[in-house]
Formats: sequence, C-alpha cells, structure tokens
Amino acid sequence: MTAKIAYDGVEVGAELPAQTFTVDRATLVRYAGASGDFNPIHWNEKFAKEVGLPDVIAHGMFTMAEAIRVVTDWTGDPGAVVEYGVRFTRPVVVPNDDQGATIEVSGKVAAKLDDNTVRVDLTAMSAGQKVLGMSRAVVRLA
Amino acid sequence: MALDQSFVGRSYPPTEPYEVGREKIREFAEAVGDPNPAYTDPEAAKALGHPDVIAPPTFVFAITFKAAGQVVQDPRLGLDYSRVVHGDQKFAYVRPVRAGDRLTVTSTIEAIKSMAGNEILDIRGEVHDEAGEHVVTAWTKLVARAAEEA
Repeated sequence: MTAKIAYDGVEVGAELPAQTFTVDRATLVRYAGASGDFNPIHWNEKFAKEVGLPDVIAHGMFTMAEAIRVVTDWTGDPGAVVEYGVRFTRPVVVPNDDQGATIEVSGKVAAKLDDNTVRVDLTAMSAGQKVLGMSRAVVRLA
Repeated sequence: MALDQSFVGRSYPPTEPYEVGREKIREFAEAVGDPNPAYTDPEAAKALGHPDVIAPPTFVFAITFKAAGQVVQDPRLGLDYSRVVHGDQKFAYVRPVRAGDRLTVTSTIEAIKSMAGNEILDIRGEVHDEAGEHVVTAWTKLVARAAEEA
C-alpha cells in the first residue's frame, strides 16, 4: 500500500479537499445494475411515494461510495482504507429533472492513530441537510 | 412482532464462492463515477503494490448483503423485509478486495434490539478468500420500522 500522503506531514484538524458529486435518475439506474440493488424506491417514483418517501431516493450505499472518494482521492491508494463506517441519517432525494441532486462531501483529520493511520471524519450534505452520520474512515498513510 | 432473541449469536453456513472479476469492478467504479486507475488498470494497481486491480471500498457490500439474505429471509427469524431500511454500515479491511478473489461470506447475527416498535438487527459478515485468509468484515444494521396502526 503506497499512499501519497505522509503521516508525519499531517496534523489533526487538517481538511481534505472537499468534493461535490451529482446524482440523477440515470446514475441510480446504473448503480442499481452495478450493485445488484434493484429496490424500486431507487428508480420508481410511484412506488417510492407509496411507501412514504418524498420521491425516489439514492441508494445509501451509493452515497457511502461517493463520500469515501474524498479520502481515496487524497491518499491516491484506495487500498489504504483500513476502516470505513457510516450511519444513514437522511435520504438523498433525487428529483426527475435535469439537475438531479448533489452530495457535498468534506473531511478532516480527527485523530492520529497507531501504525501510520489517521481517522478522517466525513460530512456529507444534500439539499442543506446531513445525509450521513458517524461517517468515519481510518486510513493508512505513507 | 418481536424478533426471536434466541437468534443472537447464530451463524449461517459460508456462502458459495463469489469470483471477483475485473470487468465487474470496472462496472462498479464507473457506476459511482470514480476514475481511480487502481480499479481499472492492472499496471496502476501494481504500482501501488496490489497484484491486480482492486475494488472500491464499498464494492464488497453487494456480496455481503446477498449473504445476509440468508438471515433476513430466514422464516424462523420472522423479519418483515418490506419494512426494512439500512441503518448503519461499516467495513474493516485486512486488505482490499481484488480481481481474481474467490470470496465466501459467513454471516452472524450480532444483536437484535427493539426500540420504539422498531426492530433492529445487526449482522456481521466475515469475508474470506480461497486460501481461507480473512479479507474484510462488514457490519450491517437493518431497521424494520414499526408497522403503522391499521
């Protein structure tokens, strides 16, 4: 594993480059196919509303996959991720329009741990609300 | 209906091996829009010290969640899957999943809780490769929402 960020050069509180990810209905159809999760709440507006959702929502695992990119793009080596966990607190609602939804992800180094690892706390927002809670990754640096 | 507490600690038999293919990893990486070459270019992955292309960190969920189907669909447990939402997800990696892996999953029910009418189920999936080496552990928290009053 060869992360491009050196452990010794990182301080607690350091911010990782933030990123914004867009998600529209086509994104969700593609993710459903790639992941094998065909739950209709992720592509069928009628069904989503019948079960009490405001509209079609993104797969929680899609949001989780996007959020960790802030970490893997920072380290360069996705294999440097040692632990990664999230809580799905609110859905990312994806309207059927030209824009879709956006997920804004930021991260900062919350702790320096043993064995050249650091804990990164991630924040993921959509439509002004936090969509992930307890979103944390432990990553091994160079 | 409360879930049967006697299921806590129960493990299910390991799944049949899932063979991780390069093109499946590519498809997944494209679906999440991630251009990291470690997912698609074997040479780029080797330059990082991996023997073949690796999978994005959350890729393995497709395998562990399918394995968890043994648990959620176990009629003796009595979970109403139509009311289930994904509460939490966590992974701890020994190494990244990579192309060529043949992975088996052993699912264990870690906890069953009842809160405000919701049933909360914690499932741990231990993922091993063909050599029996531990690759990753996935923890999945499922919440079966309370049925609405008729």
